[in-house]
Amino acid sequence: MSGTVTERKNLQLSNAVVRFAGDSGDGMQLTGDRFTTQTAIAGNDLATLPDFPAEIRAPAGTLAGVSSFQLHFSDQDIHTPGDAPDVLVAMNPAALKKHIGALKPGGTLIVNTDAFTNRNLQKAGYDADPLESDILADYQIHRVPVTDLTLRALEDTIERGELNKKEAERCKNMLALGLISWMFSRPISGTEEWLKDKFAKAPHIADANITVLRAGWNYGETTEAFVFTYEVKSAQLAPGRYRNITGNQALAYGLVAASVRSKLPLFYGSYPITPASDILHELAQHKNFGVSTFQAEDEIAAMGSVIGAAFGGSLAVTASSGPGVALKAEAMGLAMMTELPCIVVNVQRGGPSTGLPTKTEQSDLLQAMYGRNGEAPIPVVAASSPADCFDAAIEAARIALTYRTPVVLLSDGFLANSAEPWNLPDVDGLPDLSTVYEFPTEPNGEDGEFLPYLRDESTLARSWALPGTAGLEHRIGGLEKEDGSGHINYEPENHHAMTVLRHQRLQRIADALPPLEVEDPDGDADVLVVGWGSTKGPIQAACAELRERGRKVARTHIRHLAPLPNDVDEVLGRYDTVVCPEANMGQLSMLLRARTLVDVKTYNRVSGQPFSGSELAEAIEGFGWGGQA
Amino acid sequence: MTSNNGKLTKKDFTSDREVRWCPGCGDYAILATVQTMLADAGARPESTVFVSGIGCSSRFPYYMDTYGFHTIHGRAPTVATGLAASRPDLDVWVVTGDGDGLSIGGNHLMHALRRNVNLNILLFNNEIYGLTKGQYSPTSPMGSTHKSTPMGSLDHPVNPVSLALGAEATFVGRSIDTDRKHLTEVMTRAYEHRGASFVEIYQNCNIFNDGAFAALKDPGQKDENQIRLKAGEPIVFGPEDEHAVVAEPDGSMAIVPTAEAGDRVVVHDPSRSEPTTAFALSRLSLNPTGPTPIGVFRDVDRPVYDDLLRDQVTRARSERGEGDLAALLESGNVWEVA
Ligand code: SF4
Repeated sequence: MSGTVTERKNLQLSNAVVRFAGDSGDGMQLTGDRFTTQTAIAGNDLATLPDFPAEIRAPAGTLAGVSSFQLHFSDQDIHTPGDAPDVLVAMNPAALKKHIGALKPGGTLIVNTDAFTNRNLQKAGYDADPLESDILADYQIHRVPVTDLTLRALEDTIERGELNKKEAERCKNMLALGLISWMFSRPISGTEEWLKDKFAKAPHIADANITVLRAGWNYGETTEAFVFTYEVKSAQLAPGRYRNITGNQALAYGLVAASVRSKLPLFYGSYPITPASDILHELAQHKNFGVSTFQAEDEIAAMGSVIGAAFGGSLAVTASSGPGVALKAEAMGLAMMTELPCIVVNVQRGGPSTGLPTKTEQSDLLQAMYGRNGEAPIPVVAASSPADCFDAAIEAARIALTYRTPVVLLSDGFLANSAEPWNLPDVDGLPDLSTVYEFPTEPNGEDGEFLPYLRDESTLARSWALPGTAGLEHRIGGLEKEDGSGHINYEPENHHAMTVLRHQRLQRIADALPPLEVEDPDGDADVLVVGWGSTKGPIQAACAELRERGRKVARTHIRHLAPLPNDVDEVLGRYDTVVCPEANMGQLSMLLRARTLVDVKTYNRVSGQPFSGSELAEAIEGFGWGGQA
Repeated sequence: MTSNNGKLTKKDFTSDREVRWCPGCGDYAILATVQTMLADAGARPESTVFVSGIGCSSRFPYYMDTYGFHTIHGRAPTVATGLAASRPDLDVWVVTGDGDGLSIGGNHLMHALRRNVNLNILLFNNEIYGLTKGQYSPTSPMGSTHKSTPMGSLDHPVNPVSLALGAEATFVGRSIDTDRKHLTEVMTRAYEHRGASFVEIYQNCNIFNDGAFAALKDPGQKDENQIRLKAGEPIVFGPEDEHAVVAEPDGSMAIVPTAEAGDRVVVHDPSRSEPTTAFALSRLSLNPTGPTPIGVFRDVDRPVYDDLLRDQVTRARSERGEGDLAALLESGNVWEVA
């Protein structure tokens, strides 16, 4: 190996997709995370897709144990984590086998040759070593002895007895990170600082990782095998201060912001469940905002504690995923019946039953709408991107507090774990939620009586009188009641009237919503694509692709799923064809058809993975412009 | 609202709702005792909250002129936990029954007790499902014949006091619906206890399970069967104190004639930090059909969950200062786009 390289080209790219794949124990999520941060700092727009097994320690070396992290970055505005990767890093045979099919023809493949042992090949189901055959002929393949290079870089450390061989080997993901960082001209100093900070208590581990990281960089620099380096210039993002954020983190921040802006203490009661637990972990770190976190004994208790805290005057929130929300259903009905403000977050995962805990899906929409006994309407709000989880949380709090109702906030596994740059909002410009409610101190009825179900005429919100207030003592519960007094009432006409009233309460929310935003650049589109939740990015990408092909396509994204905006009938009615792609079997499509009587075409794929833009572009084209599907 | 010189009376805790239990139900006596006891103990209606689940006993909050929450089946401890944890200024009571608290809600009861949430839990035990019209409950004796068990129930019953002690409840007591004086005493001590207090109340359901507690209530039998626990005193009972409770070498307890007991008689001490002795006492009777201890089994201090929860918030604030939202959003790698 010579020390200098005669000719090396630096290619300017507009965007690139890199996928790191390895065994769950290889640290691919961390590698991806770090590369994402370096990329964000370089000013690219980006989107990520972490994908990992549900098992904490899936058998090493097997296909089931493969964990991957994909990053799409660009000098343009992008909406999805990308389709086919340009660069694939495969740390073992199983990772190669699982991901090689996705790599672009002619794409760059980096393999850790040291992991291609007979045993690992066998575990991955290879009869012969693929590196020796011509099945990889379509790719720019780089055979890198990652493990060996790592051990060699740490020779001294091992000799000094600071790390044993096994521990040293664990640093190998840093070699891959260093190499890829070099390849895309990404400075690694930020990661070095991060390592020092993370291992502040064990500086020798920080040092070892940094040594290997630099070795990876230098390997790229000094090896003639790498003819190209790449550069993706920074994107023209809107001016502002940016940081990277995942959906779960943004959602937790949104809840803290709602607490600050409503001047109400945040009470968060929840039971651990994938993929929602990170919200609990995040909030537990912010007790100095007056946040109380309560890890309940089960999902039902979590919901119960939220109802109790709401009764006591907190901004009360719980989060779960589909199976947990199913358990909460009865208590959510109680929250609706007692008209207490609270938020139930559902970070949707693959269902049904235990389903695919670490994968994404949109199949709990109808559960959110109807998954309770009786006529129990509850508002439903959905977040559409990782950063949007912040705004969606504040919107859910606004509705809960203004209208005194539980609100379901839908996120999903993809939003929860993937990251994007977030243009930080001006804190003082966030909605003021302290004026949308008040705690009464005086009786509201004649002769000094207090009527807990007396309502505000415009919002139909009932009085939120807190225990501890003298003269307002009252009783509430899940039995049918009389409006105004809240007394138990079993009269047939009263029950009908109360049922209608609980639906009217949702209509009042719709009456105050802004009109749907429709993106129809020339105002003459033939096809309208309707989406909700995390499909926003892929739909945006699909529409951009279709417009490039000359297709007239419009797009709208529905944040408020219950109640639907008042103009939804009019907007859908305007277009020849309406297509609704969903990662379920057509749940919103069904709701829209029932509501608007428009023949909404539905595109469905329930794979646990987000849609890609090109997949949707093709699907939409199949429905519109005389196409048939 | 208040009567003479600010002192509250039973009336101040009585709501205007018509009480709808069956005539003769033991719940009436408990309601009257609670209303008087609260007034006498100096409780304030506005700071008192009754939370209940589902069942006959769970109608209780509607009859109290305090704050009240009639929740769903078995879940009262969860709602009460959220309320107590977020509101240190309130006295939160849970009213539950043997079906509500030990069957569908058994899980929550255990966790509320072991966490030591600041709640007073009253469990009305009538050994039957009343509201659903007479099925056997988790406390019904084995072999009881009811609507759902014409050939006799197969379940080994749960002893609520044993269960509460097993969950390491810091206050555990037992009393009887119609024994106003005793019930007042036990409940007053429960009210004064900080942390979770658990009181089992034997409550007669005269419609579906009349006479279940006759052994402890009938004038002809009760002196023979009530083992009245008094702190600091030897545990003896019977019309002439002729029976004594003694500790056996295997840790259990037995009843022997007082004359033969000598210095083996157990002296009652509810403040023992280990719940073992109290547990052994609770095992003297599986069902209250023979000699059965009543009174306060255990009364110890342990840090209270809601205090600990609030302490963490206070500590986070004093260590890191009041949260600054803008700073929180900016935490992490921030870059500027001009
Ligand atoms: S059914 Fe039994 S417990 Fe229920 S109210 Fe009637 S007597 Fe009381």
